[in-house]
Amino acid sequence: MSDPAAGKAWVFGDDVNTDYIISSKRKRDTLDPVKLAAFLMEDIRPGFGGMVSPGDFLVGGRNFGCGSAMEIATDVIRGAGIRAVLAKSFSRTFFRNGINGGLLMIAVDTDGIAEGDPLAVEERGGATGVRNLRTGRDYAGAGVSPLLDEIARAGGLIAYLRLNRGFGLTPDGRAGKD
Amino acid sequence: MGATIAEKILSRRAGRAVAPGDVVVIDADYAMANDGSGPMSIRLFDRLEMPVRHPERIVLVVDHYVPCPNDKVAGLLKEMADFAARHGIKLFRAGDGICHRLMPEQGYVRPGAVVVGADSHSTTYGALNAFAAGIGSSDFAGVLATGRLWLQAPASIRIELAGALGAGVYAKDLALHVVGEIGADGGTYRVLEYGGAGVASIDMEGRFTLCNMGVETGAKAAVMPCDAVTERWIRDNPHLEDAAAAGGVAADADAAYAGRLAVDLSRLEPMLAAPHRVDNVHPVADWQETAISSAVIGTCTNGSLEDMRIAAAILAPRGIASGVQLLVVPPSRQILAQAIAEGLISVFVEKGAVIVPPGCGPCCGALNGVPADGGVAVSTANRNFKGRMGNVNSEVFLASPATVAASAATGHITDPRRLSDV
Ligand code: SF4
Repeated sequence: MSDPAAGKAWVFGDDVNTDYIISSKRKRDTLDPVKLAAFLMEDIRPGFGGMVSPGDFLVGGRNFGCGSAMEIATDVIRGAGIRAVLAKSFSRTFFRNGINGGLLMIAVDTDGIAEGDPLAVEERGGATGVRNLRTGRDYAGAGVSPLLDEIARAGGLIAYLRLNRGFGLTPDGRAGKD
Repeated sequence: MGATIAEKILSRRAGRAVAPGDVVVIDADYAMANDGSGPMSIRLFDRLEMPVRHPERIVLVVDHYVPCPNDKVAGLLKEMADFAARHGIKLFRAGDGICHRLMPEQGYVRPGAVVVGADSHSTTYGALNAFAAGIGSSDFAGVLATGRLWLQAPASIRIELAGALGAGVYAKDLALHVVGEIGADGGTYRVLEYGGAGVASIDMEGRFTLCNMGVETGAKAAVMPCDAVTERWIRDNPHLEDAAAAGGVAADADAAYAGRLAVDLSRLEPMLAAPHRVDNVHPVADWQETAISSAVIGTCTNGSLEDMRIAAAILAPRGIASGVQLLVVPPSRQILAQAIAEGLISVFVEKGAVIVPPGCGPCCGALNGVPADGGVAVSTANRNFKGRMGNVNSEVFLASPATVAASAATGHITDPRRLSDV
């Protein structure tokens, strides 16, 4: 891959559920996302954990992350070093957990992204997007509410709550917005 | 313009009129985590270095790993127990039951409440006219520290029920029909709000089943109206003495909905979800030749005493077909005790079933009851994803307790109405 900042696109279909992302039976042995990353997607793509590299991207279709609400699914994706997940739509608990965990998730039409395409994250005017270096196409996340934006910027919900000692105050002392 | 049940509950809690799409930070009346999500929540919470804000509003449940399968999980369960003891938090131990059974049964859900759980099927509690949604471990850690969480107010899909279910047809068949109609992502970011004259004919157990499976459409919550059925159930629940006064929340006649689905209950027939999608829903009659190797009765979807009675009545005169393993999973200690007292467990044991301790059992492949390669399971649970029961080379069909029991009796998928005495 020519651009060192680029990662590889791994393309999956619709309705990738959390059991496919990480099988329940693996969670018996450890909760360490980095160790569990070896088993990422093993039920639908055996050996995937050994093929994916840090900085790569997951690309899905509709309803990505459906099924269980368990945060381990987004954690294992981060544990594998995945840079961002792009999908046509996300299940709501997966989206929540991604925001709360500081995972970059972009809901866009992913039809134009092919397996192996080089993708790169770009900051554009305060918003984070992804660029397909093969096709030249840009993908931007839909605007989120100010609170969710602050959570994302803090690096996730835990970091946000640590910073603000709860939902009460923003870093500059304003009352926390709903 | 009027408001839906969910909009009213969230608006009341937020102290202002909330419209779909608004992000609000609100208090939770109760928050639950189980042994699947709890240990991670505790570690995240510890990173906050804050005290538990309202320990009396927190419920921890050990249900996925019962009994504990290995030393590593034993360590996690001990962490949970120690955490509960240290902070004065209620802990339901291994064998007490599945979180989604215990929350309503033990009195943590009431009409108009906001209840969240670090497990996707927390939607179950909407059966009691509460706003109930699944959350993640970071969310739960946040509730531990602050008593609050952020929520994006959802629009609702109205499901209008008319008529009543016929013989051999149950709420589970309706739940599968609804998932088939709406699709596995048709309810994403929505609330499924049930209403119409037909709701009155569905008992509270059926309502739990319906709201439990609501999440299989991607919905954030599912909610039932508060009516005479709800009030009687609350009156009969010793843990909810003062709740009758809480008052239900009704939708306005002119509330706006993001979609509508009308169902004539009298026209429904026994349904199943075929592998490997919950929305791959068909009449049981279309799959009758399919041979099965195992059957599961119980889980948080269909484990009521009434469900056990239905299954026992089908199996008592027939037994279990050779080559079929029947697993019975009472969802709580209370139901197990009642099923013993009624003689239902004797029926299952005498006919050759395996009785699994109250908990999640074989539902998610974390523990026991894993099918062999090529195995075909029929289960009363709520998910049939590939590998859900622990083996990617097996298949899972989802159906009502009557269909599962009838199939266990014959050895192949069977419409319970075809059995002579049902
Ligand atoms: S019974 Fe199954 S669906 Fe219900 S909480 Fe347990 S694992 Fe989840």
